[in-house]
Parts: sequence; C-alpha cells; structure tokens
Amino acid sequence: MSSRETSDGDLVAVDPGEALRPSWLGRLKRVPASLALAWAIVAIVLLWAALPQLFTGYSGTEGVPGEQLRAPSLEHVLGTDGLGRDVYARIVYGARYSLTGAFVAVTVGLLIGTLLGLVAGSRDGWTDAVIMRVVDSLLAVPSLLLSLSIIVLLGFGTINVAIAVGAVAVARFARLARSEVMKVRRSEYVEAAFGSGGTFWAVLLRHILPNSLTSVIALAALQFGSAILAISTLGFLGYGAPPPTPEWGLLIAEGRNYLSRAWWLTAAPGIVVVFVVLSADRISKAIQKTAP
Amino acid sequence: MARYLLGRIGQAMAVLAVTFTAAFLLLQVLPGDAIMIKFMSPEMGLSADQIAEIRAAYGADLPIWEQYLRTVANFLTGNFGYSIQAGVPVSQQLATNLPPTLLLASLGFIVAVILTVALASLSNMTGMGWLRSALQSLPSLFISVPVFWLGIMLIQIFSFQLGLVSVISPGPVERLILPVATLAIPISAPLAQILMRNIDEVLTQPFVAVACAKGASRGWVLWRHVARNAVLPTLTIAGVLFGELLAGAVVTEAVYGLNGLGGLTYQAVGNHDTAVLQAIVVVSALAFVTINLIVDLLYPVLDPRLSRKIGATA
Repeated sequence: MSSRETSDGDLVAVDPGEALRPSWLGRLKRVPASLALAWAIVAIVLLWAALPQLFTGYSGTEGVPGEQLRAPSLEHVLGTDGLGRDVYARIVYGARYSLTGAFVAVTVGLLIGTLLGLVAGSRDGWTDAVIMRVVDSLLAVPSLLLSLSIIVLLGFGTINVAIAVGAVAVARFARLARSEVMKVRRSEYVEAAFGSGGTFWAVLLRHILPNSLTSVIALAALQFGSAILAISTLGFLGYGAPPPTPEWGLLIAEGRNYLSRAWWLTAAPGIVVVFVVLSADRISKAIQKTAP
Repeated sequence: MARYLLGRIGQAMAVLAVTFTAAFLLLQVLPGDAIMIKFMSPEMGLSADQIAEIRAAYGADLPIWEQYLRTVANFLTGNFGYSIQAGVPVSQQLATNLPPTLLLASLGFIVAVILTVALASLSNMTGMGWLRSALQSLPSLFISVPVFWLGIMLIQIFSFQLGLVSVISPGPVERLILPVATLAIPISAPLAQILMRNIDEVLTQPFVAVACAKGASRGWVLWRHVARNAVLPTLTIAGVLFGELLAGAVVTEAVYGLNGLGGLTYQAVGNHDTAVLQAIVVVSALAFVTINLIVDLLYPVLDPRLSRKIGATA
C-alpha cells in the first residue's frame, strides 16, 4: 500500500511535458547505427592519440630485429614492417600526428575564416568586396597547390603542413560565415538589437554568432575529415614529419617499397584513414541536420 | 545583360590579379632565395662575386616592386621566368609537361563521367532498396579514400595479386589504365553526389508526375524528362572539378612515377623552385577562372529561365 502511494507521488511529481520528451536512453536508442559507429571510431582514434600505450605493448618507432615483414597474426595483428616494427602500434602512435595536424588545420581555418566572413558579411561596400575577392582567389587555386605553395614558404614539418592545410579551409569558413551573417542581419531581432543600442561587435557576438554556430560546427567536422586526408597526402609526398615518425601518410609511403611482399603495410593505415574520414563526414551530416 | 557580362569579367580579372600578387608575395618575396640555395652549396665552388652576378642575371637584386612589375610584364607576354634548378625557361617546361597530364586528366574525366552516369542511373533504375542505398553511399566512400592510397591499392590488387596489369614495361595503353582509374574514382564522387541530388529534386516536379501518369516507363521518364534537367546544374562545379583533376594528377603522377605537370610540381616543391611553382599556380588559377566564367556565361544560354532572371535584375 505504501509503495503504491510513493508511485502515485512520483506520478504527480512528473512534469507533464516529461512523458512527451523522450528519456536520455530513449533518445540514445534512436541514434542511427551508422552515426553511433562514427562516434565510436572517432572516440577510439582520439584515445589512440591521447594514450597510445594503453592500446599496444609494442613501440611505435623501435623495431624488433628478426621480426621483419611478418604477416598479420595473433602476435602482430597487422603484421610488422621492414624494420620489425609492429604496424598496429605504428598506426596507434601515428594517430597523434594526424589528429593534432587536423586540429591545428581546422582551428586555423575556423578562426581566420569565420572572422573574415563575419566582417565581410557585416560591412557593405569595399571591405566586403576586398575580402571576398581574396577568398575567391584562395578558391581559384587548387587546394593541393595552395598547400604546396605555403609549404615552400614555411618549410617541411607536421605543424607547417597543418597550417598549409588550414589555409585551404579559410576560404570555406569565410564563405559560410558570410552567408550566415547575410541571412540574419536583416532579420527583425538583429535590427532590434541594433535599435536598442547594441554595438556592432556586441550584436555579432550575442546574436549573429550563436545563430550560425551549428553550420560552422558541421563544416568544422567535415573539414576535420578533409584535413586528415590532405595531411596524409602531404605526408605521403614527404613534406610532413621525417621518418621514423609514424604519421599515417608516411606509413603508406614506406609500405610502398614492399608492395609485392607485404600488402598489410599499405592496406592497414589507408583503411584507418578512410574510416576516420568517413566518420567525420557522417558526424558532420548529423550536425547539419540539427541546424535551424 | 551587358552590365552582367562586364561585371562578371571584371570580377574574374580581379581574382586573377589577387592570386597573381599573392603567389608572387608567397613564392618570390618571402621564402629563402632559390638562387642562393642552389649556388651557395660548396660543390658549386662559386665566389661571392659570381653569385652576385647570377642574382643580377635573374633580377633577384632589384627592389621588390621592380621585380613585381617585371614579373607582371613577363607573365603578360607569356614569359614565366626561368627554372632555377633546371636552368630552362618555365614555359618550355610547361610545354613538355602539360600534354601527358592533359591526356591523363581528360581520360580520367571521361571515365569519371561514365562512372557517374552508371551510378546515378543504376541507383534510380533498380527496384532493390538495399542496392539503391548501397550505390548512393558509394560517392561518400570515394571522397573519403586518399587518392595516393587508392593508386597503391590498385597496383597491389591488379598488378601484384591478380597479375592483370603488368608493372614491368607495360604498353602505352596498359600504362594508363591504373592511373586513369585512380584519377577517375575520386572525381566521380562529387559529380555523382550532385547528379543524384538533382535527379531526386527533379523527380518531385509536377511534369514528372504527368509523364508517369501518361504511362511512361521509369527509364523513359529518367532519360527523356529528368536527365536533361538534372545534368545542367552539374555544370556549376566544373571549376571545382578542374582543381580536383589537377591535384589528383599531381598525386597520381607521384604514385605511378609518371612525368607531367604533377611530377614538375613535386620536383619544384622539393627544390624550392619558386618560379616554376608560381607559373603553375597562376596558370591553374587562370584555367579555373576561365572555366567558371564560361560556365556562368553559358548557363543562361542553356537554361533560358535564367537569362530572363538576369535580364530582369541587371
């Protein structure tokens, strides 16, 4: 009887909207399987980057003599390379380079690009025209050529490659930010914010920026995937970190010398890149869907 | 219309001018002097006077604004400077390296278009839901594959595992099969995505329902009514595709060890041969701007609805 009372009491306490709002668990169940998989892959790769030693007992750079070019087995799940290094360990330790690079690239693109786009979209006339012509000319050069030009200027290395890749993203973020500003700047609440005495930057920060955040984050996720692709390409061409760094593109480049004997050297890191890029793409699409 | 035309051409010129200036600043002014890198090396055994003489011959001792004006004048007359590493005019290098890349890129493009049409029509013709969704998710997969890795995997599978394509002294056609496939697959991805989206959009139009109601088969509706309306918007990404083709060619040529514009770019970056790189950047920007201009101007001709709109606003 008493238990019945408490359950009645619980029912009373429940907010009437609660029944309509799905529970946390219920919402989680409705996440599509592909999206859940994408998040899982990104989480694993992030953990690889943060704590590689938890995932493998082998070293990422030191080989074991006498263990060269072993095919995948229980001992070495993805085999070993020409110097006896475990390929899985090298991929796990390499995550740090690819992810840091992609993070730097997206940050460079996001900060500079969004700022340029916000200013261009908020100011009419010359400022807008000049910024957008610069953005157009960034887009007029194929992205790989633009990255290569910046690498020639900055020199080789992981961070320089990341900045070069980020420069490509600047134009895309600028375009997006500008179009988002254009969309809301004539809306009534923005006019009202100006009317009630808001300064340009205050209105930008309080009203325009939050409203365009979803699209910007979706683009950031997408660019994260492209940045990993671009960084691995530049690493493959030899402009990134020098060997024996286990950067993913470099791993594939090194495996190229053993194509006829050891397929796992090139196949494994490439598949990891494909999965991470696909996941970023999937997550970006899911975020974009929630945009107002 | 005339105002639209002039405005559009003016915009294209502005983009080119900005690109040229940015490339000049990035590649000629800021980095270490390519001449110094090559001739300062001890093996050359050149004295300081001789280096100064060489610098003067390349015009590297002039003030920046004078170098800039000279470079502008040279580019306008088709003189792209000298490759410091190879010691020959850049225009000559471009002339020898452009044809193989053009061949590779155009074959890659043709195969990509065939692949796109096959994907789009198969996914719209099939009655099987799973096949349709599988075909529709293929482009996202193609976009996520690193081009260089795709090339290596194709060599791995078709040359080493299956032994179908010889790697040692292949014939002129055999030599091109895998590079063309490597280039075509990623290019087909954005094309297929846009084409599929357009087909889906056109399928919701009332005239499609009318055609279906008249008893037209699915294939007839797709080819006669939907295709011509869906293909047109695909043109708008022609410029982007050109950039992808060029970048794809650089990577593909590096993977297969082919000589071409890609190989030239690759060497120029390694040797800090900035004159070569600047010429490649400016020429590709010129191509991009020209392609987009042509598409923009051609579009109203192909789609009369647009020319009315432009006529009304301009």
